[in-house]
Amino acid sequence: MYRYDEFDRRFLEERTAQYRDQVRRRLIGQLSEEEFRPLRLRNGLYLQLHAYMYRIAIPYGTLSPAQLRMLAHIARKYDKGYGHFTTRQNMQFNWIKLDETPDIMADLASVEMHSIQTSGNCIRNTTSDPFAGVTADEIEDPRPWCEIIRQWSTLHPEFSWLPRKFKIAVSASEKDRAAVHIHDIGLYIVKNDAGEVGFQVLVGGGLGRTPIMGKVLREFLPKKDLLSYLEAALRIYNEYGRRDNIYKARIKILVQALGIDKMREEVEAEWAQMDHTPLDLSDQTIAAIYEHFAPPAYPAPDAQGEATLATAIAADAKFARWVKHNTHPHKQPGYAIATVSLKPLGKPPGDITAEQLDLLAELSERYGFGEVRVTHEQNVVFPDIPRGALPVFYAEIAAAGMGTANIGLASDIIACPGLDYCSLANARSIPVAEKLGEHLAAREEEIGPMKIKISGCINACGHHHVGHIGILGVDKNGEEFYQITVGGSADEQSAVGTIVGRAVPSDEVNSAVDKLLDVYVKHRSDGEDLPATYRRIGAEPFKEAVYGAR
Amino acid sequence: MNAETPHQAVTGNRLRDGVPIYYAGNGSWSPSIADAVVAPDGGILLVEAAKGPLPLEAVGPYVIDVTVTDGVIGPIGVKETIRAFGPTA
Repeated sequence: MYRYDEFDRRFLEERTAQYRDQVRRRLIGQLSEEEFRPLRLRNGLYLQLHAYMYRIAIPYGTLSPAQLRMLAHIARKYDKGYGHFTTRQNMQFNWIKLDETPDIMADLASVEMHSIQTSGNCIRNTTSDPFAGVTADEIEDPRPWCEIIRQWSTLHPEFSWLPRKFKIAVSASEKDRAAVHIHDIGLYIVKNDAGEVGFQVLVGGGLGRTPIMGKVLREFLPKKDLLSYLEAALRIYNEYGRRDNIYKARIKILVQALGIDKMREEVEAEWAQMDHTPLDLSDQTIAAIYEHFAPPAYPAPDAQGEATLATAIAADAKFARWVKHNTHPHKQPGYAIATVSLKPLGKPPGDITAEQLDLLAELSERYGFGEVRVTHEQNVVFPDIPRGALPVFYAEIAAAGMGTANIGLASDIIACPGLDYCSLANARSIPVAEKLGEHLAAREEEIGPMKIKISGCINACGHHHVGHIGILGVDKNGEEFYQITVGGSADEQSAVGTIVGRAVPSDEVNSAVDKLLDVYVKHRSDGEDLPATYRRIGAEPFKEAVYGAR
Repeated sequence: MNAETPHQAVTGNRLRDGVPIYYAGNGSWSPSIADAVVAPDGGILLVEAAKGPLPLEAVGPYVIDVTVTDGVIGPIGVKETIRAFGPTA
């Protein structure tokens, strides 16, 4: 992992002191809410329905044991004993008191964490593949590039007041696990025809009320040019992005208005005329960052490990199912990537208690190299578990309520906090997710891989547009209804789902989803996921199943 | 007030901890909707609340419609019900 240097530490100390004084002045009335609001938002503090919500950045989703324990401490001391992992690899605490936030910030700084730029019209946390560095199918580890972007974008003077927020994702695998296409800028690490490694740059992706998939801005960008090219793209956005209408302020709207060819022309022209020198990444600079992400010295796996694993799989059907769905091949023989589900049936997706956080910290030290990754699908990845240790690892997480074997299945639902917590929401998400997950669990083996995503409003924090089945909460004359989409996808085949018909009341969501799944199961060919079946047969059979023949 | 009279109250979030609070008259605020003062025109209450001795108490005060049944004040709509009584999940 990246470790802070003296500059980083001093910066956080100074920022905490500044913020402590800002809170003090707000509480005694020297700052009005109008004056204070942008200051607290810059530090990740929102005011929600019941309390302040504090959003903490988890750079590219990576957490150390000390950081996990600190999140547990914050949950216990300042919240109600739990936190919530978000759809952008961050953590939110929903029951925070304003006067305690400076102390939380100081506590976070002690473990090299903060909440800066988790809100506001700036460059947000750069997200990545939770299997980065350990999956066999990647060209190279994307995390060093996320870290380079993090250092460049933190308090960037030119890009701290953009027209709107700006999100970047980086992936290096054929299988996109970072939802790159739905980001303002998406970066795929690729090889060109000459075998050189660089970036394919996408621009203008995003969800919200205008869902658009990112378009290719540049097919190949050499590594050394990453920051200068990003700077050129952001300059064009900063100059031409709309500031008169919040709903048209994201870069996706600019790209749509200009057209991708004109956007490319503008960015390339800016890039050609600007001085690259200060931003060029030397081999030494890149290597220095890469050192922080060097693979651990993997001990030779236990000779009996495979036999231990095979015996446990044969003896315990629940464990066998967990291995099938929650583990992924590791690039290192004898090791596995394990995903701990935070989607126990009937519980809020992404929530985790202080005790569970402490346990994950302990397990990451005992069975790994002291690191976990938070996923944008609101689960937690253990990147390096010896395969022979999987049975005992599973026993420990299962005893703590984290042994649900549902990764990538129908009950592994993404959901935003919705109207139970969020002041922007129109409808609840969590109860819908809880009921639907419980309802579908019995048939999720039959259904197979499935991505269901739920948002409580059109801002789409639950990524409903790109769910195989998406569910959007809407308000109709004070009552909650749910609009359902089908055929969306957040992976390399990214697509926005199609609305199947009029919104349904909450008590009809489960049956509507059942009908959509029946159509999929009936019509799918071997190996087809729902979006592939949808592309082949179209929307009509799905619409007819829910609403009847026209 | 009779049943046909529209009832309104004023609510906001407490500055210190963000808890939903309701204007309870005479410059005071309460975390319980039962303590809210109601009026046919909440705008008048809003002006009164802003002049109160504790202008720092509530962040973003706004007017809400409420029900009054047998003297018991209740929220209208899912959002205000959740604000008044807490998350449902």
